[in-house]
Amino acid sequence: MTMLNIENLSVWFGGGRDRVDAVRSANFHVNRGASFGLVGESGSGKSTILRAIMGLVPNWSGTISVDATPVGKKREKTFYKAVQMVFQDPYASLHPRHSVDQVLGETLYLHGFRDIDARVVKLLDDVGLGAKFRFRYPHQLSGGQRQRVAIARALAPEPSILLLDEPTSALDVSIQAEILNLLTDLRSEHGLTYVMVSHDLSVVGHMCESLAVMKDGEIVEIMDVETLRNAQAQHAYSKKLLAASI
Amino acid sequence: MTLLDVENLWVQFPSRQGVFDAVRGVSFTLGRERLAIVGESGSGKSMTGRAILRLIRPPGIVTADQISLDGIDLMKKSEREMRDVRGQKISMVMQDPKFSLNPVMTIGQQIIEAYRLHNKVSKSAAFDKAIEMLEAVSIRDPERVMRAYPHEMSGGMGQRIMIAMMLIPNPEILIADEPTSALDVSVQGQVLSIIDKLVTDRGMGLIFISHDLNLVADFCDRVLIMYLGRIVEVCDAKNLHNAKHPYTQGLLNSLPRLSEPRRKLDVLNRNPAWSEAPSVSGRV
Ligand SMILES: Nc1ncnc2c1ncn2[C@@H]1O[C@H](COP(=O)(O)OP(=O)(O)OP(=O)(O)O)[C@@H](O)[C@H]1O
Ligand SMILES: Nc1ncnc2c1ncn2[C@@H]1O[C@H](COP(=O)(O)OP(=O)(O)OP(=O)(O)O)[C@@H](O)[C@H]1O
Ligand SMILES: [Mg+2]
Ligand SMILES: [Mg+2]
Repeated sequence: MTMLNIENLSVWFGGGRDRVDAVRSANFHVNRGASFGLVGESGSGKSTILRAIMGLVPNWSGTISVDATPVGKKREKTFYKAVQMVFQDPYASLHPRHSVDQVLGETLYLHGFRDIDARVVKLLDDVGLGAKFRFRYPHQLSGGQRQRVAIARALAPEPSILLLDEPTSALDVSIQAEILNLLTDLRSEHGLTYVMVSHDLSVVGHMCESLAVMKDGEIVEIMDVETLRNAQAQHAYSKKLLAASI
Repeated sequence: MTLLDVENLWVQFPSRQGVFDAVRGVSFTLGRERLAIVGESGSGKSMTGRAILRLIRPPGIVTADQISLDGIDLMKKSEREMRDVRGQKISMVMQDPKFSLNPVMTIGQQIIEAYRLHNKVSKSAAFDKAIEMLEAVSIRDPERVMRAYPHEMSGGMGQRIMIAMMLIPNPEILIADEPTSALDVSVQGQVLSIIDKLVTDRGMGLIFISHDLNLVADFCDRVLIMYLGRIVEVCDAKNLHNAKHPYTQGLLNSLPRLSEPRRKLDVLNRNPAWSEAPSVSGRV
C-alpha cells in the first residue's frame, strides 16, 4: 500500500562554515492514492525534500523508496514517468525560448506518446488555459498562467506520484479552486499519490489526509487532517503555526 | 494626500492576431495608504504595476492620460529620468524575486552595493547594515546567506531578500507584487509589519498586489478588484468580505476553509457582461 517511503533522509549543501543541513533524518510515508502535506517555516527544507526525491540534490543519505523499490543515486527513465514535480518557481522552471507547445510536446514525445497534438490541447484545457495559449512564450504569460503550464507539463507523462511545491501560491483563488478540483478528480480517477508543499493550511486541509510540520530542517510533527482542523497540535512550533492560521 | 494619480491607463500588446488589451483604461489614486490590487490570474495586476514604472517591454505599449507622481507626469519623462524615479522614488518588488537578483553575485555583494549607492558609508558599515536588514526579515543565518548565491535560497528567502533590498532607497511608493506569496504565516507577519511601519511612520504609499483575499482584508486600507484589464469594484478592505460584485463574491466563495471541509470547491461562473462594463474609478 505504501507508494512513497522516506526513511532517515538527510540532505546537506556546501561544506565548512557554509555547510547547510537542509534536511535532517526525515521519516514519512504516503499510501497509494493518498495526499500528504508538507508545511512549515520558510527555509525549513520542504522544497529540498521534494528535490531529493527527484534526484536533484548532490548530497543525501537515507532511503527513498517508490512502490517498495529503493531508488539509486541515479534515477532511471521509468522513474520520471512515474514521478513528476511542479516546482515552486514557475519563472525558473520554464525555458524562456520554448513555447508552451514545445514544452508540452517535447515532454509528451520523450515519454513515448505519439498523439501529441490532441494531448497538448487536452492538457491546456485541463489546467484552464485553453488552446489560445498554445503558441505563447513564457514572457507572454502572467505568473499564474506560467504556473498552469508547469502543472500541465507535470501531468503530461501521466505520472502516478505528483510532487507539488506550492502549486497554487502564484494563483488567484478562483484558478486555485479549479486546479485543486482538477487534482482531486485526477486522484479519484487514476489513484494518483500527492505530496504537496504549501504555506496555506486551508489548502493542505482541503487536499491532504495527513501532513508533516517542518522547522529548521526537521519534521517536528506528523498529524492527520482532523488534528489540523481541531488545532490539536503537540509540538510548540506547530501549535504556533496553527494558531496563526486560524 | 495624493502621491500618485493614474488616469485612463492602457497596456496593449500588438500581435499578428490583433491587439491584446492587458489593461483597459484603469484609473486610481494612491495616498499614504495601503492600496491592494486583487483579481484573477491574467487580469492585469502586474502589468498595472509595471506600467507605472514604465517597465513594459516592447512590443507592449503603455498609454495614459496621466500617471502623475507628486504632480509630475511620468508619461512625459525621458528614459533617463525614469531611471532615477525607479531607483529613488518608487520601488517595485517583482513577482519573480529570484529573477530580479543577479545570479552571479552573492546576496551580500548585491545588498552592500545597493546600500552604498544610497548611503555614503564604508564597506564594513554597509556589511553590518546588510546583516541587520536580513535579520529584520527573519533570515535565520544572515552571515551564511551573505556569502550565498540566489539559487541557494529557498523561495521565501528570495522574497524576503528582495523586500529588504527594495526598502533601501527609502522609497515614497512601494509596489509589491505578490511579495509574501511564499511565506509561512509567522514570517509573513514579520515582513508585513516592516512594510506597515513605513506606511504609518514615514507616510510611504503602498500598492500591494495579492490574491490572498483574507490577507488583503486584514492588512490593507482600500482594494481595487480587477477583471480582464478593468477595475470592476473598489471597496474598503475591511468591507471586502461583504463585496457586492458577483465576481468578487465568486472569488470569496472559492476559498477553501479549514472549518468547512468539502470535496469540491466552488468555481467562478464568469459572466461576459463583467468585462464589458466600464472600468470603475479608484480615484478619491
Ligand atoms: N543549492 C543550495 N545550496 C545551498 N543551500 C541551499 C541550496 N538549496 C537550498 N539551500 C538551503 O537549504 C535550506 C532549505 O531550503 P528549502 O528551499 O528546502 O526551504 P523551504 O522549506 O522550501 O522554504 P520556502 O518555504 O521559503 O520555499 C535553506 O536554508 C536554503 O538556503
Ligand atoms: N508580452 C506579452 N504579450 C502578450 N500578452 C501578454 C504579454 N505579457 C503579458 N501578457 C498578458 O497580459 C495579461 C495580464 O498579465 P499580468 O501579468 O498583468 O497578469 P496578473 O494579473 O499579474 O496575473 P497573475 O496573478 O497570474 O500574475 C495576461 O493575460 C498575459 O497573458
Ligand atoms: Mg520552498
Ligand atoms: Mg502577476
